[in-house]
Amino acid sequence: MPVAAAPRTPHAPDADEVPQRKLYRSADGRMLGGVARGLAGHLGLPVGWVRLAFLLLFMWGDGLGVLLYAAFWVFVPLGVGGRTGHRSFFENLPDGTRRLRKPDRGQITALIALFVGAGIFISKVQAGGASGRYVWPTLLVGAGVVLVWRQADNARRAHWSTAAGRNGRLFQAARALAGVALVGVGLTVFIVVRGSAAQLGNVLTATLAVLVGVALLAGPWLIRMTQDLSEERLMRIRAQERAEVAAHVHDSVLHTLTLIQRNAEDVSEVRRLARAQERELRNWLYKPEGTGKDEAEEPATLAEAVKKTAAEVEDHHGVPIEVVVVGDCPLDERLAAQVQAAREAMVNAAKYGGEGGPVQVYAEVEGQTVFVSVRDRGPGFDIDAVPGDRMGVRESIIGRMQRNGGTARLRSAPDGGTEVELEMERAANTA
Amino acid sequence: MTEAGENAGVGETRRVRVVLVDDHRMFRTGVQAEIGETDRTGVEVVGEAADVDQAVTVITATRPEVVLLDVHLPGGGGVEVLRRCAPLMSAAENPVRFLALSVSDAAEDVIGVIRGGARGYVTKTITGTDLVDSVFRVQDGDAVFSPRLAGFVLDAFASTDAPPVDEDLDRLTQREREVLRLIARGYAYKEIAKQLFISVKTVESHVSAVLRKLQLSNRHELTRWATARRLV
Repeated sequence: MPVAAAPRTPHAPDADEVPQRKLYRSADGRMLGGVARGLAGHLGLPVGWVRLAFLLLFMWGDGLGVLLYAAFWVFVPLGVGGRTGHRSFFENLPDGTRRLRKPDRGQITALIALFVGAGIFISKVQAGGASGRYVWPTLLVGAGVVLVWRQADNARRAHWSTAAGRNGRLFQAARALAGVALVGVGLTVFIVVRGSAAQLGNVLTATLAVLVGVALLAGPWLIRMTQDLSEERLMRIRAQERAEVAAHVHDSVLHTLTLIQRNAEDVSEVRRLARAQERELRNWLYKPEGTGKDEAEEPATLAEAVKKTAAEVEDHHGVPIEVVVVGDCPLDERLAAQVQAAREAMVNAAKYGGEGGPVQVYAEVEGQTVFVSVRDRGPGFDIDAVPGDRMGVRESIIGRMQRNGGTARLRSAPDGGTEVELEMERAANTA
Repeated sequence: MTEAGENAGVGETRRVRVVLVDDHRMFRTGVQAEIGETDRTGVEVVGEAADVDQAVTVITATRPEVVLLDVHLPGGGGVEVLRRCAPLMSAAENPVRFLALSVSDAAEDVIGVIRGGARGYVTKTITGTDLVDSVFRVQDGDAVFSPRLAGFVLDAFASTDAPPVDEDLDRLTQREREVLRLIARGYAYKEIAKQLFISVKTVESHVSAVLRKLQLSNRHELTRWATARRLV
C-alpha cells in the first residue's frame, strides 16, 4: 500500500512554499478532498508522508484514518494554495484543437494502487462472511457521500476560476445525481438487508411523510432566509464597490487637486497633472476589471503599447496626445520597433508642433499590416533642411523602420503640421 | 475643426437656436459663454435643462434647431431624451437635431447616442469655435464625427467577416472608410476634401452615409461587436 503515496512525493516539498498560517484544504493537486495536501502545506511536510500516515491510521487504527480525514474534510475550508492553474480534462494544443488531457504518471500509479488496495480489502471482507452484508451498503454510501462532497468543493472552487462551461455544469449535475443515487441505494440495501423486503414499503412511506412534514414546516422559513442572505450579500458587494471608488477618488484625485492648487501659476505643470489624472480616472472608470489600475507590467498588445507610449510622452512633455486605435494584435518584435519609432515621432510632434493643438495618434491593424500615423498641427518642417548630424528623424524613425522591414513616410499635412506615417507587416508566426 | 471659417461667414445672416442639456450648471454657463458671447457666431441659447424631464419639456416648448446633449443625465441619460424626442427629430419641418457633447468617450456611450439618433458626437475638450462649427454642420443635416468616434465606427465595421445578408446596406464603401480613417487621424473635413480631391460637400455626404448605416441598427456586425465587448 505505501505505493499509493510514493509517486506523489516529487511534487510535495516545493508545492507550498508560501507559509500558510491558517489551515486550508488544497484545491489543486488533490486526490480526494485535498486534506492531505493542505495539511502537508501547513506542516511543511511532503504530501506523501501525510498520505502515508492517513493510510497507516486506516489500516491499523480500525478506520481512525477515515474518521480523521472526514472530520478534516468537513471542518477545514477549501482554500487556494499548492499548485496553481486550472486543470481540466481537456487541454488546448498549440494548433487550436482540444484533446483529452494525458493523465500524469502519478495519477495512474495512484489509481492502480487504489485498485490493488480495494482488491485486498474485498478479499478480506469476503473471508469475513456475514459482515459483508454491512460492508457493501456502507461502501456504497461512503462513495456517494464522497462524490457529493467533492462536488460541493468544486462548486466553491468555480468561484475562483472562470473556466466553467456548459459541459462542466452538465457533468456536475450528473455527478451529483450519481452521488445521491449511490447513497440512496446504499441506505436502501442497509434497510432491506437488516429487515425484510416487506418492511421496505413501510419504511419508505414513513420517511416520505416525515420529509414532507419537515418541508412544509421549514420550507417558507428556509426560502426567506436564503433570500435575505443573497440580498445582504448584494448590499455588501455594493458597499464594497463604493468604498473602493471612494478610496480611489480620495487617493489620486484629491492628491492631484492639491498639487494643482499648489502649482497654480505653473500652467504647463497644471495641465500635465490634470491630463495624467484624467487619463487615470478614465482608465479606472471605463476599462474592464483588472486592467488600468496598475500598469506596472509591460503591455502585450499593440493597442496597449501605443496608449502607454502616448501617455508617457504626454506626461513628459505636457502636450495632449489623442490616441485612436482600430483593431488590435499581439506585440511582436517588429511592432515593438514600430512603437518605438512612433514614440520618437510623438516626442518630435510634442516638442515642435505642440502649440497647434493636440497631437493625433492613429493606429490601425488591418490584416497583416499595422499602420500608425502621428500628426501635429505645428509649423511643419523640411526633412532635407535638417542638418546631417541631427539623427532623430533619420535614424530613430526612418532608419529603425527600414531595418525592421517597414516603411516610414514624412509629409507635411495640408494646412500646416507634420504627419509621420509608419507601416509594418506583422511577423509571420503571429498569424 | 476648421476655424469658424466658411460656416460662420454664412452665419452672419442666419441664427441657430440651441438648447443646452447638461446636469452641470457650471458647464452650461461655460458653453454659453463660449458659443453665445458674440453675434459673430450666430448661436443663440434659447433654453437649458439639467435632467431628462426638463430637457423634454424645454425642447418641446422651444423647438430649437440643435440640442447640445450630454450623455450622462439624471433620469435615464441622453439616450432617454433621444427616445422621447424621437417624433421631433423626424418632424417634416424644423426637425430638432441632436449633437452629443460629453466628457465620456467610452464606446458604449458614443455608439448608444448615435444609434439613438444623435447627428454627431463631440467631446467636451472641443474648442468654442469648433463647437460652433459643429452646431452649424449639424443644423445643415450633416454628421459630425470626432476622431475617436470615427475610430469606434471603423472598429465596428472593420474586422468581422462579412455577413452575406444586406451587404451593400451594412458595409462601408471604400471611400467612406477612407474618409473615416482620415477623420480618425485628426483631419478636418476641409483637409480631407483637399487630400482626396473631392469637395467638402462630398466629404459631408460620405460621413452622413456612415452615420445612416450606423443608425440602421446594423444588425450583424455592430451587435456582434458590442456583444464581444460586453457593451450590451
